[in-house]
Amino acid sequence: MSRLLSPRSDLAARLAGRHLDSKQAVWQSRLQAVAASDVERELTRSPGRYRWERLLTLISPAAEAYLEEMAQQARALTVQRFGKTVSLYAPLYVSNDCINQCLYCGFNCKSRADRRRLSIKEAIAEAELIAAQGLTDLLLVSSEDPAFVTIDYLAELTRSLRSRFSTISIEIHQLSRADYQRLFDAGIDGVTLYQETYDRVIYKQFHRAGPKADYDRRLHAFDDAAQAGMRRLGLGVLLGLADWRMETLALAEHGHHLMKHYWRSHISFSFPRLRPANDVQAAQFSHLLADRHLVQMILSLRLCFADVGLVLSTRECAALRNQLIHLGITRMSAGSKTNPGGYSHQDEGVEQFQVSDTRTAVQIAQMLSQQGFDPVWKDWDAAFTA
Amino acid sequence: MDRLKIAGREFESRLLVGTGKFSSTQAMADALKESDADIVTVALRRVNIEDENDDMLAPIDRDRHLLLPNTSGARDAQEAVRLARLARAATGIEWLKLEVTPDPYYLLPDPIETLKAAQILVKEGFIVLPYINADPILAKRLEDCGTATVMPLASPIGSNQGLQTRAAIEIIIEQANVPVVVDAGLGRPSHAAEAMEMGADAVLVNTAIATAQDPSQMAEAFKLAVRAGRLAHLAGPGTEAKTASASSPLTGFLE
Repeated sequence: MSRLLSPRSDLAARLAGRHLDSKQAVWQSRLQAVAASDVERELTRSPGRYRWERLLTLISPAAEAYLEEMAQQARALTVQRFGKTVSLYAPLYVSNDCINQCLYCGFNCKSRADRRRLSIKEAIAEAELIAAQGLTDLLLVSSEDPAFVTIDYLAELTRSLRSRFSTISIEIHQLSRADYQRLFDAGIDGVTLYQETYDRVIYKQFHRAGPKADYDRRLHAFDDAAQAGMRRLGLGVLLGLADWRMETLALAEHGHHLMKHYWRSHISFSFPRLRPANDVQAAQFSHLLADRHLVQMILSLRLCFADVGLVLSTRECAALRNQLIHLGITRMSAGSKTNPGGYSHQDEGVEQFQVSDTRTAVQIAQMLSQQGFDPVWKDWDAAFTA
Repeated sequence: MDRLKIAGREFESRLLVGTGKFSSTQAMADALKESDADIVTVALRRVNIEDENDDMLAPIDRDRHLLLPNTSGARDAQEAVRLARLARAATGIEWLKLEVTPDPYYLLPDPIETLKAAQILVKEGFIVLPYINADPILAKRLEDCGTATVMPLASPIGSNQGLQTRAAIEIIIEQANVPVVVDAGLGRPSHAAEAMEMGADAVLVNTAIATAQDPSQMAEAFKLAVRAGRLAHLAGPGTEAKTASASSPLTGFLE
């Protein structure tokens, strides 16, 4: 790592320098100023390398007229870099008892909901049902539940599951570097953590209470995860909270920052759109985006980052997922349950969000094969981590 | 008979192929057949190497092809060595394509960790084929430590850019006492032919075949190009000159 500048202050300065985390929406006037000729010129450049101006051009309103051209380039680039493959993973929710108050989430501590926590034994039983579908890439997910989902709990669970899965990553609250290190040593090799929104004001509105309300602490979690050795860093924004164009710009800056400082870790981007959940109606959110804008976001990110993973969850419906795999998606979840215990007991317990694509992993794999993609069940090996 | 010799074993084909990025295992198997390759590399991360019925391994006839496991994704020497040992323990295969690629984007090989891993693995009896940047000194260092080949990259893996490292590869070929297998970045059969004409002993191709519209046909095209390039190398091509050399000289009357 460079001794010349601290990665943390570098990231904060980047976002502030672009006015992406404040109300001073300089980027808005820049976006409006992009002309069709700018887009055409940008599309003649060889695709795959990030420049701020390039991304700004590709996500501009002017570029909406060029989605087909962008899609062709994104598809060709993705096939070249990743081949005709899509890899599959599944989430395992271990708890939905939460100390945070996030207004868009089914696990909000203020919601009335049946809470469920899985014992290690129950979690292993769930994992076995996932493994039985052929999946080897596991994402352990939890609400922020420090009284129950402790580092010891996760480390013990991981050690029990390691022989059954080729890779295990976590999507839980932010941890300290020492805790990331302990989990890495136990066999966790990836961290997924969405900033949700990069707009500080909106962040505050939606995260009313709990440790997650600290924007900066969350923003810098990846620095700690990467320094602990984590190989896979999954970034994302929850689309619907703030302007998607601003979020795309900030997400890219964040990803690029991590790529520059932690060059041994692989970055992926996710773009979950808000879904209805327990006590949450999607209609309450003012920045929900249309399919064509989701597509523009995916294409723009691919055309700026040839080799990042682009991840699609079961939040999106089957029909749309079938189409999006042609546009640069490299990884998708399959057969997901978003409630703890959901694989063993159908329709019990509150979900984080409603799953839209309810197909089984085998059905997803069949769909991929029919569309000319090799479904990749295993793309890592537990032997990498000691 | 002009055969490729690696670690005392002879091979008919000078085209090595990779198994990643295909749209299905059937497409891979068909391309493999058309390529006529003797040596086939598979990423240990992608397969259950101990399982002969593994989707990707099952179609590879081990009587026909030498299965060459690779350590793609290993971040340092320690990881590569661990993977190699487990693979050998499970399969008995001593051949190993050593890849230490800590950068997940360009998958460029780490020269320091590659050398460290090679030193350990050679001592343990592995037949090591290391993937390296086109660095002539590193190639000599690896040869000195006992690797079976060196495998310099033509350009970044998967980039299809052809022989961007031509000048360095020429030096490696000139200096090597082990076979030089040009690996990574060969995007067209003409690139492969060019490498063979230069005197490379073999080439390894994956992306260019796997992502072609018709992978089988492309595999055949590479097979032919590698043969053509090899023949041209053996035939001794005429030298290139900046100026034309006229067949009816203008100053002939002075003789």
